[in-house]
Amino acid sequence: MSSRAWNRIQDKAFHVVGLVFTFSALLILAVFLLDIIGEGWNRIDWNFLTSLPSRRAERAGILTAWTGTAWILGLTSLIAIPIGVAAGIYLEEYGKKNRFASAIEVNIANLAGVPSIIYGLLGLEIFGRILGLGGSLLTGALTLSLLILPVIIVATREALKAVPKTLREASYGLGATKWQTIWHQVLPASGGGILTGIILALSRAIGETAPLIVIGALAYVPYVPSSPMDEFTVMPMQIFNWISRPQHDFIVNGAAAIIILLIITFVMNGVAVYFRNRWQSKIHW
Amino acid sequence: MKRPSEKIIEFGLATSGAITLLITVGILWVLFSESISFFKVVSIWDFFTDTQWTPLFTQKHYGILPLLSGTLLTTLIAVATAMPIGLTIAIYLSEYAHKTFRKRVKPIMEILAAIPTVVYGFFALTVVTPFLQSFIPGIGTFNALSAGLVMGIMILPLVTSLSEDALYAVPKSLREASFGMGANRFQTSFKVVVPAASSGITVSFILAIGRAIGETMVVAVAAGQQPILTLDPRQGVETITAYIVQISLGDVTHGSLEYNTIFAAGVTLFLFTFILNHISYGLKKRYHQQYE
Repeated sequence: MSSRAWNRIQDKAFHVVGLVFTFSALLILAVFLLDIIGEGWNRIDWNFLTSLPSRRAERAGILTAWTGTAWILGLTSLIAIPIGVAAGIYLEEYGKKNRFASAIEVNIANLAGVPSIIYGLLGLEIFGRILGLGGSLLTGALTLSLLILPVIIVATREALKAVPKTLREASYGLGATKWQTIWHQVLPASGGGILTGIILALSRAIGETAPLIVIGALAYVPYVPSSPMDEFTVMPMQIFNWISRPQHDFIVNGAAAIIILLIITFVMNGVAVYFRNRWQSKIHW
Repeated sequence: MKRPSEKIIEFGLATSGAITLLITVGILWVLFSESISFFKVVSIWDFFTDTQWTPLFTQKHYGILPLLSGTLLTTLIAVATAMPIGLTIAIYLSEYAHKTFRKRVKPIMEILAAIPTVVYGFFALTVVTPFLQSFIPGIGTFNALSAGLVMGIMILPLVTSLSEDALYAVPKSLREASFGMGANRFQTSFKVVVPAASSGITVSFILAIGRAIGETMVVAVAAGQQPILTLDPRQGVETITAYIVQISLGDVTHGSLEYNTIFAAGVTLFLFTFILNHISYGLKKRYHQQYE
């Protein structure tokens, strides 16, 4: 066989392999979703959403889990969004060249790679024990806030970076101060990008399980939390608890809860992508 | 002239930035201060050489090796799955696939990345393990193979999207020069584009390794809780992360030696990922300089 013919075969073969691998990945995703839907879909009804946990699989529901997730989502937003966006603004608009800012930058790159369970150990000691908040919603939200801060900061910086210099210069030219320029011009222009990052970060927070296990969130909470100091469970904790049991009925409950969690996650990601596309198409610098 | 309110705002923003530094300080402080009381009782030598990990038994041994081997085994399986497949898909999408195909596939990959990890654990336990049991004899309900494979699927989008970005960023002129010399697409991809994007691809690999080492829920659900020093993927193993989960769910008294083991395990885990982070950060800096 001539080497030219061999080269052609190599090229064709890789084309096929690439296509097969790509479709296999998509196929696995499909198998995965169909399996979960097949297993859990029939278990979802109004009672499942409004019942407290129970030792009997057929009576157990996810009321405490989804209300816990809603609490966590709210509290984490309140803590992480202002700090993350503020830090992002500082790094991108103020601290361009100083050493303090570059130390923060290296640090953020590092934090993004720290396993989530390590944040759990941090939350357990600092918030749970030293601040005495125990295994409360507040400890959970603070811990998850630290976990997603790097994500929000990086997203904020990327969005701010995309705003052209000319906009800032025009604002300065009209006599605006630095902060007035940021507040009235730069932030509105980058809002879509920042929002996208925030939503993606929050969707990651509500899917986290490991750090919450470590801070001592409970799998069995027989009441709906009514204050940030209450003990709690969340959707992923409830799922973990159910799928760790040997009885098949609890596995079915787990699959049903997974469907609900995936719907929440996908809706949040969908909204984020929607904002990103709208933001990108609206702006033509 | 600066107005005073401007200064206050800048100070407020800088404080938010400083909080991220405090997180790192907090992590280091918690991990080291808590594990010091552990290492006062158990010598570091025993910790790294004893081949048994039995803190909850009457006959106590504190050798991290079984947990390390469990972590490395599942990581190895995950990485051996995700690297070749992820890189192939990345090269295919960047060099071979039609633009519209690439545009359609990337968001679907993002869906894979958005799925919570506990859901992957469910997948490993209820789909992959029974499937493996159908043709591999002697494989347990909890095993390293299933957890590792599913972790590989989980980190696949990370490898694919970062490698693809790196390949896509290689300037067109390089490809054109290669085509001009008579090379075909396969030769251009593997002899020109992949080497040019090698540091970006390496970063994606290192980040994937870091994710696999630190991954908790998949292994906690599907790999088991048996700290055995083994490299047999059919066996159940326990990873560092799964051990921390096990202790956190149990009722070990706070402050006891048994309890402090999770911080000693945590330090070990943190050091691994810290080193990997630093390598990837250094590489990232380098390849940004190359083409920008």
